[in-house]
Amino acid sequence: MDKKIIVETQDLTKKYNGVTVVDHLDLHIAENEVFGLLGPNGAGKTTTILMLLGLTEPTSGIARVHGFNSTREPLKVKRLAGYLPEKVGFYDNLTARENLKFIAQLNNISDAESHSQIEQVLEAVGIADRADVTVDKFSRGMKQRLGIADVLIKKPKIAFLDEPTAGLDPEGINQVLDLLANLSQTETTVVLSSHRLYEVQRVCHSIGILSKGKLVVEGSLDSLGREAFAEGRYRIEVETAEPSPQLIDIINKISGVRKVESKGNLLQISTDSDLRAKIAKAVVQSNVSLIQMKVQEFSLDDVYMRYFHEV
Amino acid sequence: MITILRKELADYFTSIRCFILFLLVLLASTGGLYAAYQGIRGAVSETGFVFLKLFTTSGEVMPSLVSFIALFVPIIGIVLGFDAINSERSSGTLNRILSQPVYRDSVINGKFLAGMVTLSIMMAATMLIVSGYGLRMIGVPPTAEEIIRLFIYLVSIIIYGAFWIGLAILFSILFRKIAVSLLASIAVWLFFGFFYTLMIAPAVATSAEMYLMLIRFSPSALFDQATTVLLLPIVRSLGMITQAQAAYMIPNPLSLTQSVLLIWPHLTALISLTAICFAISYVVFMRQEIRAT
Repeated sequence: MDKKIIVETQDLTKKYNGVTVVDHLDLHIAENEVFGLLGPNGAGKTTTILMLLGLTEPTSGIARVHGFNSTREPLKVKRLAGYLPEKVGFYDNLTARENLKFIAQLNNISDAESHSQIEQVLEAVGIADRADVTVDKFSRGMKQRLGIADVLIKKPKIAFLDEPTAGLDPEGINQVLDLLANLSQTETTVVLSSHRLYEVQRVCHSIGILSKGKLVVEGSLDSLGREAFAEGRYRIEVETAEPSPQLIDIINKISGVRKVESKGNLLQISTDSDLRAKIAKAVVQSNVSLIQMKVQEFSLDDVYMRYFHEV
Repeated sequence: MITILRKELADYFTSIRCFILFLLVLLASTGGLYAAYQGIRGAVSETGFVFLKLFTTSGEVMPSLVSFIALFVPIIGIVLGFDAINSERSSGTLNRILSQPVYRDSVINGKFLAGMVTLSIMMAATMLIVSGYGLRMIGVPPTAEEIIRLFIYLVSIIIYGAFWIGLAILFSILFRKIAVSLLASIAVWLFFGFFYTLMIAPAVATSAEMYLMLIRFSPSALFDQATTVLLLPIVRSLGMITQAQAAYMIPNPLSLTQSVLLIWPHLTALISLTAICFAISYVVFMRQEIRAT
């Protein structure tokens, strides 16, 4: 993992009226990967992105994008970075093509170049047939896709997408995610924020989970999986008629069992692998009537949910 | 900035808002011409400047063209600027624009300049139309001095309009809601245009001199005085003149340079008021949070 770091923050902090929204954030995002910024609403995802783009001034700390200080040299950052806001808006009286053209002009892209490029990005996001329709007739999903086209038009080195799938139907979500997954193959780093884990799991290479403005988990998806499972991969719930301390001892002795907790008639057992058969046998052999048995697999979901509950 | 200017201009010229403004201005100039038609016969004296009378003569009921313009310029200015920033903010385009490599001030500059260009075209067209029809009506061509006076008048209209555009843009930055910024602009206009000059200043002033000083805080009063001096060259002074002084005054029109000298402070004051609005706009806008919500 000696990839070049393109986004980096040091002690990035933002306070609004004394309330800390982003709290000493140290974030590292490698080049050409899809990075998912996860967290519940109000965790500071949008504020972090705004600070990275230089649209909001941090209270303290430094944000760097491609080596440029976002606060001091916002224009240099904005030349490299594309941004899709959470509630993307367009000029309703202009067509999709005209809206894109305006953005191309603001980026000093020549008319000749922008003409072919607009065609290209509209094709890429799949709304080429609606290019000359005014935006007020667009649906939410089409606007979102136009928003992605709007980010692509400037050929950014890094694209910040704030909740790119919010408000879309399941099919729209899939299309947008596919689009994003393809982006990283075109030498574009993608940073997307979301509060939905499964989307992030689908397209992201690495993720960072934000909670109350703090980065609680950061890393690539594979390593995070292992980290999450360190405590024990499976949790087996055993309900018996009358649990006895001896039974707990017996189960504890089965190899692979990490921890046994009893709650009334319920035994909660953390294990490394699916030991249901062995546990069932142990229960039956110790003459306790087994009522039911449930297995639960730990995944990133649980890690994520744990931080959700803390909020 | 040129890009934003171009886009804003295109927006203005295709908007219904500007179409309505043009209609209003057209109606106003027709009204002014009609007033001049009614009253110009009695207004012409030996002092000359017949052509200027076209603009300053009021009819039996119709007010003169200059009073129409004095009424309309603030409205046009406000209409061109009151939703400049906050409409972009509420439609979610502002953060998209500002995430492009543009300076924040060029957004304000572009919008302000687009308003200025629209206003200039509107007012220049009005004056040309009135001049053309007036020429047909009275048959007296303007003298060179009159043309220059009218041109300076046009410039001062644009400066006056610029103040209102600047003020409206400032309010559109300060207030998130479009209705609030519109209302605030109109409130300022009503305050300075009517209440301040007609009610507050006379009530506070203890002497005529103080009254004159007080009303010069009002941009509308400044503009009115500038108009008077420019288009009625017979007005020799804007200050107080005692009887003893008046006895020595020659009832002669002021020369062009003297008129310009007389209104120079007024124009400077208007320009600096615009600059103040702009300075506040810059400072506030630079530090403002650009969030969608």
